[in-house]
Amino acid sequence: MRQIAVYGKGGIGKSTTTQNTVAGLSQAGYKCMIVGCDPKADATRLILHAKAQTTVMDLARERGSVEDLEVGVVLLTGFNGIRCAESGGPEPGVGCAGRGVITAINFLEENGAYDADTDFVFYDVLGDVVCGGFAMPMREGKAKEIYIVTSGEMMAMYAANNISRGILKYAHSGGVRLGGLICNSRKTDKEYELISELAKKLGTQLIHFVPRDNQVQRAELRRMTVIEYSPEHPQADEYRMLAKKIADNRDLVIPTPISMDELEELLMDFGIMENEEAAA
Amino acid sequence: MSTIIKDTQKMIEEVLDAYPEKAKKERAKHLAANDPTGQCSTCKVKANTKSRPGVMTVRGCAYAGAKGVVWGPVKDQITVSHGPVGCGQYSWWARRNYYNGITGVDTFGTMHITTDFQEKDIVYGGDKGLDAALHELKELFPLAKGIGILSECPVGLIGDDIEAVSKRVAKEFRIPIVPVRCEGFRGVSQSLGHHIANDTIRDYVLGKGTLEETTPYDVALIGDYNIGGDAWASRKMLEEMGLRVIAQWTGDASVNELGIATRAKLNLIHCYRSMNYICRHMEEEYGIPWTEFNFFGPTKIYESIRKIASHFDDTIKEKAEKMIEKYKPVMDAVVEHYKPRLQGKKVMLYVGGLRPRHTVGAYEDLGMEIIASGYEFGHNDDYNRTYPVMKEGAVIMDDATLYELEEFTRRMKPDMVGSGIKEKYSYHKMGVPFRQMHSWDYSGPYHGFDGFPVFARDMDMTVNSPTWNLIRRKR
Repeated sequence: MRQIAVYGKGGIGKSTTTQNTVAGLSQAGYKCMIVGCDPKADATRLILHAKAQTTVMDLARERGSVEDLEVGVVLLTGFNGIRCAESGGPEPGVGCAGRGVITAINFLEENGAYDADTDFVFYDVLGDVVCGGFAMPMREGKAKEIYIVTSGEMMAMYAANNISRGILKYAHSGGVRLGGLICNSRKTDKEYELISELAKKLGTQLIHFVPRDNQVQRAELRRMTVIEYSPEHPQADEYRMLAKKIADNRDLVIPTPISMDELEELLMDFGIMENEEAAA
Repeated sequence: MSTIIKDTQKMIEEVLDAYPEKAKKERAKHLAANDPTGQCSTCKVKANTKSRPGVMTVRGCAYAGAKGVVWGPVKDQITVSHGPVGCGQYSWWARRNYYNGITGVDTFGTMHITTDFQEKDIVYGGDKGLDAALHELKELFPLAKGIGILSECPVGLIGDDIEAVSKRVAKEFRIPIVPVRCEGFRGVSQSLGHHIANDTIRDYVLGKGTLEETTPYDVALIGDYNIGGDAWASRKMLEEMGLRVIAQWTGDASVNELGIATRAKLNLIHCYRSMNYICRHMEEEYGIPWTEFNFFGPTKIYESIRKIASHFDDTIKEKAEKMIEKYKPVMDAVVEHYKPRLQGKKVMLYVGGLRPRHTVGAYEDLGMEIIASGYEFGHNDDYNRTYPVMKEGAVIMDDATLYELEEFTRRMKPDMVGSGIKEKYSYHKMGVPFRQMHSWDYSGPYHGFDGFPVFARDMDMTVNSPTWNLIRRKR
């Protein structure tokens, strides 16, 4: 079983990318599971064709504590046999979502959610590594492999670098490694070159460049992955390719995060800042 | 510098030698040989700084200071420990703050009430549970005059908006609901908890009580927590000298008393460390003068009575003198009885924020000598009040570690040690007579004319108990 965590700036497309990739993996014959680590609980919507109604924490709250839960109630099965769980958590502004992630993951582990014939477990983690709770999936005995979804936008790259710092911290204590950057294209200038260079600086690879295509949005509106909605569409092939690359990936590294200055330099080298200055 | 100071400094250095270099350098700043004249520049300690990890400090936390010391004794208010069960459970009425009233009906001092956080309260926030708890409390205890919400650590981490809950519920119940942000991780010791608690008294109850009439002799007794009945002994004396005690803070206090102290003519403060903040505030905002006093042992008692009386007219001064005259024979008899048994006995003290200096006089009245004294959470102003009352060359300790306490004991061979519950049993094992000086070792009162005979008896009982000779000593 390979446990994989997907991180990246909020809104970059982690959940969409994860679900499409997992759909691709499952079509290739792998038995997969997705654990959504976000109180919004929308990391499995495209697989389940609905927002998960029974998250681990919401149900634990309703019944008293996690001890009162059975794993079968929170583990749902969606497209192509993909199993899904959501940690759940509080509405914005109250409580501690990070603690919810810790509790939920421990619950799933202790109650045998990851059975022996599971090939891949994907953790889809909210935004940045803001606190210990959101680093839970990369701790010892959890995900050994991290993929960061990014784009050519400065803040997305900044987040990717920041997440690398989190990985570096746990790399020595828990053995977590960076598997690569996934560029979810925003069609910014020289995006492919820029992210390739960022990947190089971080000591990793740009594992796949996912082009921008509205077909993704069309599928999402119907609560489906592209692979399910339009299996023949070229965008579906992109995700299948990403799935294959991840399945075959053996290039796992301890990242080498860079400083803010270096990151800005990188943008300068690729002419992005100059372009903007010229435009201004 | 005198040789006696030098000798003590040498001993302190020897004790410090066991530490690694960095710890030694840091701890050295917190230990000093006393110079009562204040001329020796190296005879002052550094205070109120973060404890060094690994050295086994005996300090408490902000919650302990706010809940255990200041707010806890207020008798007709319900004190809710907001958070997981442990903080409230293990600090449950540890300080023996006596009060009058029917517990569970109109007073709540010995009760332990908590919101008992579970995992779901951490994840989803505890404010809804708090709201529910407040409503249950109102239904169960309709005579409660206020509710205090004392934050434990997790509340600060998850950001529960206890102020909003308090505001809403206070409006509904028409009693003060006081949110106290005393999360244990704040500050370096329980001292910050005292300050936070003082600030909440100021913001939520001060000036809001009702008092029918005032007299020229109204005083408030501040910083007496009625441990073993201390405040009652003190109050009795103040009344006998013609003063009217309109408020007792916070031993046996009511919420109303916290509200009306602003009507006093003079604030009398015993525990300076935990309540000087509110006295300063009342001085600045309401123009009420305040004076420190000391009701431990006859010498300090007489001095304090005269000092207090000096703020009032001749009637009070006369009554004060008459009272001293009346009790002096009683005090003399106590001294006469116990002094021969205690004369020359050496005492080491390590207590909280007041007693390391305030009890010195009482020991000296019995012929005992304080060879070392220290505070868990004193500030510079406490030490400045301590140096002059201690003998030259005595050890002054700040935030002492268990190792240091044991080493000083081994080297200085005190006949008695007065300290807290955490130190008590290691001293029992060492075979050194020990007295728990935070809660008077389940005795008391020790304040005033009532307290001194008890104090003298207890010290005699401690030092001269034959029990100690039955312990195989390892000194």
